Amino acid sequence: MIIFFQHIGQACLKSIEKLGRASLFFIAIISSIGYVLLRPNLLIKQLFSVGVLTFWLIAISGLFVGMVLGLQGVYTLSTFGAESSLGIMVAASLVRELGPVVGALLFAGRAGSALTAEIGLMKATEQLSGMEMMAIDPLKYIIAPRFFAGFISLPLLVAIFSAMGIIGGYLAGVELLHVDSGAYWSQMQASIDFDADIVNGMIKSIIFAWLVSWIALFEGYDAVPTSAGISRATTRTVVNSSFAILIFDFLLTALMFGVA
Amino acid sequence: MQYKWLEISVGLFVSVAIAALFFLALQVSNFSSFQDKGSYTVIAHFENIGGLKEKALVSMAGVPIGRVSSIRFDTENYDALVNIRIDAQYNNLPTDTSASILTAGLLGDKYIGLTPGGLDENLQEGDTIELTQSALVLERLISQFLFNSSDKDD
Amino acid sequence: MISIRNLTFSRGNRKIFDNISMQIMPHKITAIMGPSGTGKTTLLKLIGGQLKPDSGTILVNDQEIHQLSRRALYELRKKMGMLFQSGALLSDMSVYDNIAFPIREHTKLTKSMIRTVVLMKLNAVGLRGARDLMPSELSGGMARRIAMARALALDPEMILYDEPFTGQDPISLAVLVKLIKTLNQTLHLTSIVVSHDVEETASIADYIYLMSEGKIVGQGSPEELTQSDSEWVQQFMQGQADGPVPFHYPADDFSEELFAL
Repeated sequence: MIIFFQHIGQACLKSIEKLGRASLFFIAIISSIGYVLLRPNLLIKQLFSVGVLTFWLIAISGLFVGMVLGLQGVYTLSTFGAESSLGIMVAASLVRELGPVVGALLFAGRAGSALTAEIGLMKATEQLSGMEMMAIDPLKYIIAPRFFAGFISLPLLVAIFSAMGIIGGYLAGVELLHVDSGAYWSQMQASIDFDADIVNGMIKSIIFAWLVSWIALFEGYDAVPTSAGISRATTRTVVNSSFAILIFDFLLTALMFGVA
Repeated sequence: MQYKWLEISVGLFVSVAIAALFFLALQVSNFSSFQDKGSYTVIAHFENIGGLKEKALVSMAGVPIGRVSSIRFDTENYDALVNIRIDAQYNNLPTDTSASILTAGLLGDKYIGLTPGGLDENLQEGDTIELTQSALVLERLISQFLFNSSDKDD
Repeated sequence: MISIRNLTFSRGNRKIFDNISMQIMPHKITAIMGPSGTGKTTLLKLIGGQLKPDSGTILVNDQEIHQLSRRALYELRKKMGMLFQSGALLSDMSVYDNIAFPIREHTKLTKSMIRTVVLMKLNAVGLRGARDLMPSELSGGMARRIAMARALALDPEMILYDEPFTGQDPISLAVLVKLIKTLNQTLHLTSIVVSHDVEETASIADYIYLMSEGKIVGQGSPEELTQSDSEWVQQFMQGQADGPVPFHYPADDFSEELFAL
């Protein structure tokens, strides 16, 4: 029995310690912002591998999510004779929730896991140590550009995801199921609010970008430098990012749209 | 050469993303119609606003000309005090314009409909719309109908 | 140049170094030898300031390395080249860029000057022709030579080699031995070689420390060690299977264990 509580205690202490290390890691990244700004080519390289390479996944997923929303929306709304509200339904669910959340989940799976594996492998092959011995701080040269690239890329990807989704909803609803095109756009415009919906969605995506980039890079940097360790770290990145995204999404939604 | 290609693709990516943001702002949301090209605020008192919300549309002859900017309870008159922001381009509304709270469709949102009066003077910033008609509250309507029909029976 | 005083370092409950002291002579090749798992790589990381000792001090150029500020430590590391066992080349850059990398980061040399320096370093290790290859295209021996060129890029005063001879074919082995020797002489480097390859190391080292289980069990020039009367030193230097270090890992009596069931 005592051993049981001891295990719980150990687990708690371990996670608090890890959180502490992760926070120091984050502070170190943030303080490297000047270094990154002076070397835009590092950032561009990472924007390519983090952002551009995730583009097609996000664009195509967005399109199909939107098309599914269009189909399901028409079937559900037609029972109330309210197909003309399809635009509102598609746009509101994409801009407020699906865009940021699904976009971030896909980003964690594609770019987050790649970042963890890359950093973990660099650690395992002593590239990070090697850099330290060359008097170059890997946190500045390797980690910080990747963090900022992730931080910039995800909100952009989310905007693309939502836009593609709305186009997908249009294709499925209007082109395929003949909802009135004018109603689709005008109803959408009338009830989607720029401040309340689009800006809030963007704020969510920025927070998710911070979470995913931070988790992915820290897991890689903190990985046990063996092949098993890296594979565990990669899994942890996807699992922890997904948890963090969904939990923060609830908190942010409650905060933005109110619980009362 | 390879680096150049990298820069081009990142540039394209960022441009597409910005285009998507513009699409969301202009085509999807009411960003453009909500642009503050200058507006003026008038006040209206309602006995009952029955579910009118802030940012609800204000229209005249069915055309949106403004929005509800705030709703407060007036402790002096015990009624609702609604601030209405009207686009500056519609600055020639007569002072005896009347306001009523209407419903878009059977289950739709509440909005304010303005009906013009006939006076020559125009509404200015801070003026009050004197003629108002409250929202139709369904329960009241039903009870009125019931009382009326029972009166007839007598 | 480098002196280690009363160094103790442990990982978990295991003491990796137990109160050891060493003196590393300037402009000489000092070898640190011992069986696998004696923490030789750890020692290099301690000297490089990547790990902190439990107690004791390490002086490099009369500076106590673990008391230095981050900035001063990085300054000192510029004077230290380190050759990692795996080479530790950055996998997303070509050979040329790998060697140019520390120069670009730490100096303000022009493009053409960097080119000259990089080609000189590559020429010194005999791989000028391989400058456009990627690290993944290199053989193990070549990667190590490139890493050596990179370690020399900033013209360091001392260079630390981590197991430079492990897993090399006889030809690249001979090349590496020759390189370490000639670079040390021509550039007046202070070299530390961590290794367990007796023959190669003994052929180039000026002074050898033998380590086992966290302690120094023998030291001296290669000749002195081969004539040592310590049984352990004899077993290690001559590579005998059995001796003070037994062939069998401690276990119960074999016949008893066989018939236990």
